[in-house]
Amino acid sequence: MTSSGHERDELDDDTSPAPAADPGDDGIRRFATIWSRAVYPATQTSMTRAELEDYLYPLARLLGEALHARPFTPAPGWGVGRALVDAHCTSPDVLPPALGVVESYLVLYGSPPGSLPVDEARSRCARLQHAIAAGFARALRERTLAEQEALSRAALAAQTAVEEALHASETRFRAVFKDATIGIGIADMNGRLRDANGALARMFGRSEEEMRRRNLNDWVHPDDAPGVWRLHHELARGERDHFRVEKPYQRPDGTVLWTNLTVSLLRDADGEPCYQLALMEDITERRLLHLRLRYEATHDELTGLPNRTLFAERLDRILAAGSSVKRFGLCYLDIDGFKAVNDSLGHAVGDQLLVSVAERLQSCCPAPSHLVARIGGDEFVVLISDPEGREEVTSLARAALAALATPISVDGRKLSVRASIGIVEGPTQGDLGPAEVLRSADITMYRAKDAGGNRYELADPDSDARAIDRHSLTNHLPAALERDEFFLEYQPLIRMSDGHVDGAEALVRWAHPVHGRLGPDRFIPLAEHTGLIVPLGRWVLEQAVRQACDWAVGRTLRVNVNLSPRQLHHPDLVPDTIAVLESAGVEPSSLCLEVTESALIGADADELKPLWQLAEMGVDIALDDFGTGYSNLANLRKLPATTLKLDRSFTQGLQRHPADPVDVTFVEGIVSLAHALGLAVTVEGVETEHQADQLRDLGCDTAQGWYYARPAPAAEFGRDWGCPSP
Amino acid sequence: MERPAWAPQGIDLNVPSVSRMYDYYLGGSHNFEVDREAARRAIAAWPGLPKIMQVNRAFMRRAIRYAIGEGVTQFLDIGSGIPTFGNVHEVAQAVHPGCRVVYVDNDPVAVAHSRAVLEGQDGAAIVSADFRSPQDVLESPEVEWLLDLDRPVALMLVSVLHFIEDRDEPVKTVAEFCRALAPGSLLVLSHGSPEGGPRRDGGRSLRQVYSTTNTPLVIRPRSEIERLFDGFRLVEPGLVTVPHWRPDSPPELEDPVAFSGFAGVGRRPELAG
Repeated sequence: MTSSGHERDELDDDTSPAPAADPGDDGIRRFATIWSRAVYPATQTSMTRAELEDYLYPLARLLGEALHARPFTPAPGWGVGRALVDAHCTSPDVLPPALGVVESYLVLYGSPPGSLPVDEARSRCARLQHAIAAGFARALRERTLAEQEALSRAALAAQTAVEEALHASETRFRAVFKDATIGIGIADMNGRLRDANGALARMFGRSEEEMRRRNLNDWVHPDDAPGVWRLHHELARGERDHFRVEKPYQRPDGTVLWTNLTVSLLRDADGEPCYQLALMEDITERRLLHLRLRYEATHDELTGLPNRTLFAERLDRILAAGSSVKRFGLCYLDIDGFKAVNDSLGHAVGDQLLVSVAERLQSCCPAPSHLVARIGGDEFVVLISDPEGREEVTSLARAALAALATPISVDGRKLSVRASIGIVEGPTQGDLGPAEVLRSADITMYRAKDAGGNRYELADPDSDARAIDRHSLTNHLPAALERDEFFLEYQPLIRMSDGHVDGAEALVRWAHPVHGRLGPDRFIPLAEHTGLIVPLGRWVLEQAVRQACDWAVGRTLRVNVNLSPRQLHHPDLVPDTIAVLESAGVEPSSLCLEVTESALIGADADELKPLWQLAEMGVDIALDDFGTGYSNLANLRKLPATTLKLDRSFTQGLQRHPADPVDVTFVEGIVSLAHALGLAVTVEGVETEHQADQLRDLGCDTAQGWYYARPAPAAEFGRDWGCPSP
Repeated sequence: MERPAWAPQGIDLNVPSVSRMYDYYLGGSHNFEVDREAARRAIAAWPGLPKIMQVNRAFMRRAIRYAIGEGVTQFLDIGSGIPTFGNVHEVAQAVHPGCRVVYVDNDPVAVAHSRAVLEGQDGAAIVSADFRSPQDVLESPEVEWLLDLDRPVALMLVSVLHFIEDRDEPVKTVAEFCRALAPGSLLVLSHGSPEGGPRRDGGRSLRQVYSTTNTPLVIRPRSEIERLFDGFRLVEPGLVTVPHWRPDSPPELEDPVAFSGFAGVGRRPELAG
């Protein structure tokens, strides 16, 4: 800040000319100019210099007049001091330059020379300065006090406004707290509940006042989730800011309140824990509903046993990494012939039977380590955690079979239940996952069933592998048909009277991309099982008939095609066959359909109708594998067959030399019986010349076997047997 | 638990307030010892600081007169602080009695005091709001009552934006105000800056003093201050050190420290986008 001394020097330079002769207005103006320049740097006014000078001019005039006033009074000085403060010259720094200029220049510019004695003028000037200083001080003091008071009032008003806003906000908070539907409790760090809202009190069935006497730490419940109190202690020690759990509480009326509880730690401004805030949502009803739905979702409605879902969860848990269970045993039980019970006695009886089976299985498994579940129609499982050894599992299976063997009384009947059980037993941390365990048990159960049923089998890896192989083949069958992976081979049928070829049996093979060439024994049963046999059979028929057509140029060559039981019962058998023959332009007599004897056992007239229709059209029907199916010989008459194909088991005895006389007698008898019924006889499995000679001597009409030729592709067959190739 | 956004801010009179410090610089007594103590430290860090405030006040007066000369008689003074000698409405109404002024401040004490001072005033009012929330300002009942936003308004941002940190995006906020104002509106702006004045330490020690207030100081270079006029066209003489903006008396007479800051007036063009 510029010093007033410096200003004075500048002024001295500026005012070097002699004062004007007339001290009147010019003198006062001159004084005001000097005054304003001296004062301006010390002020905090936002006036410009010119404005300040204009402001000071009337004050200068006042001082000039006061100097000469008669009688003299210094009172106007008070007003001048006050006016300086009013002009925002509020710094005491203003006084030295302001008074200095009055001291130095007021007498000079403010009065005509000689109008006052010098001493008098000096004395008056001094007294005016005293008055200016006093006026300035009083005004500054008043102003300071007034501003301080105004400021205090403003601060108070502002604080009041804040308090009112706080009060409004507090009121809002109270309303939120009071009217919330969620239960809110605030406890101190010792757990003592300081405040609880109405919702919380209602949940607990107590008054808000009663709630305030409670302590959070007393609310232990036997069903508390493990770890909930550890979480709470961590929070109480300030190590955790919040946690959320489902927690039960005991109500005074003995019922249990289930809540979704969130506890938060409230800290003070320094971060020290001071309160615990508990928010609770009553989930009692929702939980009950959930439990009921959960029970329904995991239990079988009919028997009340756990269902597949619950069993799968338990199996998953037992087999999961880190499971506390070391070994497991699984019995997979399927009732033998249950379908027959359902079909013959009705579903109501079947259901009662299942309920009884469930009860008996449960009675065999009283231990909590045993889980009995119904996982399908007539499929049950018993899952054993940590069995003593394999023996415990197998003895359980035996006990189950024994329990079921005692006849069950249903609807006035006594039913004896047989079942097949597949057992898997092993370490829980082994190679098998839940799906593999279940599949292995299923495969093993089917082995028990294939072995005659009413027994158990233990899983072994080789059987599983074979079954899995079968499974994989089954899965790939449909694609194989689409990708043309099947092909036909032909084996000649030789007329025994002259040794000429009479026909060819078409045999299907599968060129499997991984396993190579597969014979029909590997996949026909699978195709039959899945139903794929129908399209596959139609494909074979088409191929074979077309081939027969090619070969039939200039001669007659019959082609034999096998018909599976499933094809036999397919409604489209007759129209499909007609369509194939017509489209190839082949005579029906060029086709012989081979049907196994067993497929026709028990067939009634309706079921035989399609075959009759075909036979009447001229299609030959051969009864394949004759002699293996305990057929009622009297029935032969009713069948549309034209040929019997004698099973290879009869001809094997004729390979020996000398031939087995019993076999000779059999063949002789069958041939004479067949011929008596007007049927031709074909023998299979001819491997030696001796055999062939004997069979011819016994009167067989046609033969096939390695002695004549092995099955071969169509081209090779055509070359070897003089048939034209396409 | 954090205080919800809608709960009122408390008042802590133990923390220095920039508006009361400003009052102290201008010779007022609307301040507490804590404010004076901080102001004295600020002056020690930047001798002559009161002079800067004084020239800013003088600039404001000149700008008001300029605005009225241009026909703009509505004023929106943001960061108005403690009413002191030579307020906008005093200066403006002295020239043109029909002028209307809305003051805006976020300091509850300054607002309470302004409310007391302005009681009974027809053409002036105070809004308790923050520059950083233009909607609160523009949609306040006081603005609705006193200002016609379809006609030009002089937006006064005198010695205030150096209290707005970059993270609060002052450029964007000024632009938001600009969009609400009619073409022909003026932006009256001054901003502290070490450029132009004696360099000293670039304001570091002064920033340290203000860091003890609730309002840290952000000193910006001239180029950044110029960006605040985005959307406005600077009138003559452009953005200059504060005493050089249309001076009444020779600027050379000013203390060198008075040049530590820039001032300018921008006009919103008629066809502003």
